[in-house]
Amino acid sequence: MTEKNKLSPEVKEKLKAEYNKEWRKELRSAIPVKERMKISRQKMPERNPEERNTDFYEVNQGLDEKTARLEAQRCLDCANPQCVLGCPVGIDIPSFVKNIERGDFGASIRSLKSANSLPAICGRVCPQETQCEAVCTVKKATGVSVAIGNLERFIADYEQTKGKVHIPKIPPSTGKKVAVIGAGPAGLTVAGELAKKGHQVTVFEALHVAGGVLVYGIPEFRLPKRILKAEVEYLQKLGVEVRLNFVVGLTATLEDLKKDGYECFFIGTGAGLPNFLRIPGENLIGIYSANEYLTRVNLMRAFDFPEYDTPVFLGKRAVVFGGGNVAMDSVRTAKRLGADMAAILYRRSRTEMPARVEEVHHAEEEGIEFHFLTNPIRFIGDDQGKVKAVECLKMELGEPDSSGRRRPIPIEGSEFIVDIDLAVVAIGNSPNPLIPQTNPDLKVGKWGNVEVDWNTMATSMKGVYAGGDIIRGGATVILAMGDARVAAAEMDRYLRK
Amino acid sequence: MAKIIRREKLVPNIHLIEIESPEVAVKCRPGQFVILMPDEKGERIPLTVADWDREKGTVTAVFMVVGTSTHKLSLLESGSEIPVFVGPLGKASTIEKFGTVLCAGGCFGIGAIYPIARAMKEAGNKVITLLDVKANYLLYWEDRLRAVSDEFFVSSRDNYYDCKDYIPKVLKQVLKDGRKIDRVVSIGCTYLLYTCAEATRPLGIKTIVSLNPVMVDGTGMCGACRVTIGDKTKFACVDGPDFDGHLVKWEELFSRRKSYFHDEIRSLCYWENKVFP
Repeated sequence: MTEKNKLSPEVKEKLKAEYNKEWRKELRSAIPVKERMKISRQKMPERNPEERNTDFYEVNQGLDEKTARLEAQRCLDCANPQCVLGCPVGIDIPSFVKNIERGDFGASIRSLKSANSLPAICGRVCPQETQCEAVCTVKKATGVSVAIGNLERFIADYEQTKGKVHIPKIPPSTGKKVAVIGAGPAGLTVAGELAKKGHQVTVFEALHVAGGVLVYGIPEFRLPKRILKAEVEYLQKLGVEVRLNFVVGLTATLEDLKKDGYECFFIGTGAGLPNFLRIPGENLIGIYSANEYLTRVNLMRAFDFPEYDTPVFLGKRAVVFGGGNVAMDSVRTAKRLGADMAAILYRRSRTEMPARVEEVHHAEEEGIEFHFLTNPIRFIGDDQGKVKAVECLKMELGEPDSSGRRRPIPIEGSEFIVDIDLAVVAIGNSPNPLIPQTNPDLKVGKWGNVEVDWNTMATSMKGVYAGGDIIRGGATVILAMGDARVAAAEMDRYLRK
Repeated sequence: MAKIIRREKLVPNIHLIEIESPEVAVKCRPGQFVILMPDEKGERIPLTVADWDREKGTVTAVFMVVGTSTHKLSLLESGSEIPVFVGPLGKASTIEKFGTVLCAGGCFGIGAIYPIARAMKEAGNKVITLLDVKANYLLYWEDRLRAVSDEFFVSSRDNYYDCKDYIPKVLKQVLKDGRKIDRVVSIGCTYLLYTCAEATRPLGIKTIVSLNPVMVDGTGMCGACRVTIGDKTKFACVDGPDFDGHLVKWEELFSRRKSYFHDEIRSLCYWENKVFP
């Protein structure tokens, strides 16, 4: 459900000032509200399911200029815009949308980027339907919200491909060194924010490519790597240094970095520890964590094996356990790698699935099977130690549990066996233990998550902040970025003290 | 990019690689490993560190040529660069004064066991080193290992050195002779580790094995390297690579290590056809 932000008085003031600008007034009166509401939501062009489920090119093709401007006309430019409250990073949505409507794309992207340094990514992977779009006034009136996410993607792509990437003027250097640990969505956001404030930022990344889950987790067909690459290059133009192949905690500890002159730290190491089902046979060959499966394919490019050296099992009968976006990414990857049967096995029902509606819809179009109320109880292997089947139980839904979703209860005697040759476990991740392990002073919660003051993102260590999945467990890219913005503002304050 | 200071063939199919990396050199401890990639298309290869030079800022590893990525690595010349070199990863070996420590190594593990034997010696242990080679011409680093050992044995199948028996038999003989061994440390192929652990099991001598399952990221993120220790699943990259050999579920490890056997052959054929048409 949508958690609404509280806006600070300054932000409210700024929204108001933009709203009252002369051009906005003119634009509002150019088309009557009634006419605006008659325009139907512009469809995102998608590639044909039969074609796209055999390759890794992007599914959504993006709106063109004309359609984007038409879609922007649907926005009523409300005096009291609810969408801004639905956005975890508080983007001034009416400003960037109205600038699209009037065709000032440069102004639109500048406005967008002042609150969100990674718009091409958010435009693709944010769950807008439960955030900004869920509270859109047009949705209340007509049932269908303005396609805010698609517009965000349009304007970000426009800048990357047709426009000139605008590099904001950086204030003179403060001479303060900041270490950001982990080049995922949280870390990259903090880096961008603090670089814009004139601090000297270094991002330390354990893997050999920057991006974190955006590079090893989210597949090419949902987020092309060139988009991410462009965003990282933008940060480098802001003066951010990215150090790859550097594991903070092992290659150097926080203490070592302090000795090197780093004064302030951000931990954005993510939920890098895969959860397993803990059922018999789980270590048989052919059973992957979603992290391993997706890392092999996305980061190591196993889809292009043997041109690339890293292999991945090409299952003909592939099952994925879980109902979130990572499960959808995994099962759609298995289909693309040639599975005849690629199925989701989920222990609850369709309504409880945490995956985005769009992802589920795309998966169904691509021929993915969904088996609900199904829970695995053991894997069965052949004489080579390779998985050949999984035994499952049917479930029924009982009373709601602590998550508010109805608890699945096994139906006795309902065991059945599914023949498989590939299984992917996508039931979530726990926070990466490396930094807490190597910093005993860092206060850690019950689930291994780093504890923070949620108003400032400050940890129990002075000058050390954290955000994203390392404090939340498995969450979303945009929540990580929201944390990062709060942390960056506090870190800036800390450094200026 | 990381610079290769030296790459040389030690014995047929086993190479040494010395990489410039001041940060890793400073942090390296015995039993830890590094991950490297020979080129942008290569696999991430985990290699146990065999030595380091903190002043020069270099790290040395010994590897055996097995699949495509190690083949590529074996062709790189000194002075060239590799795109990925990261470490030190995993937990360091426990080094204490145990009394008498027997270090058993074979294959690439002869190099990898060297820093452990050295550290054990420095910690005041009596060090017995036992090396296993298939043939006399496969032994390397004899002088280096001799220098840190109180007793030094080599077994080669051609009976060129001290005996021809496979390690566990030698190990059993040492124990049968009534020698008091307080700890055994073993690095090498999985079969060597397994047989060492089985040899000491009846006497309950603590036997530490350095496992080398398939890995991808090496930082605990993917779970490719999961092994069963006792009744628990552990990740070799962050919980290991050292484990109690008497608790390892060997059958599973053997099976999982062979996971990509056919893919490895396919990859090699593809690459060889491309590079040596």
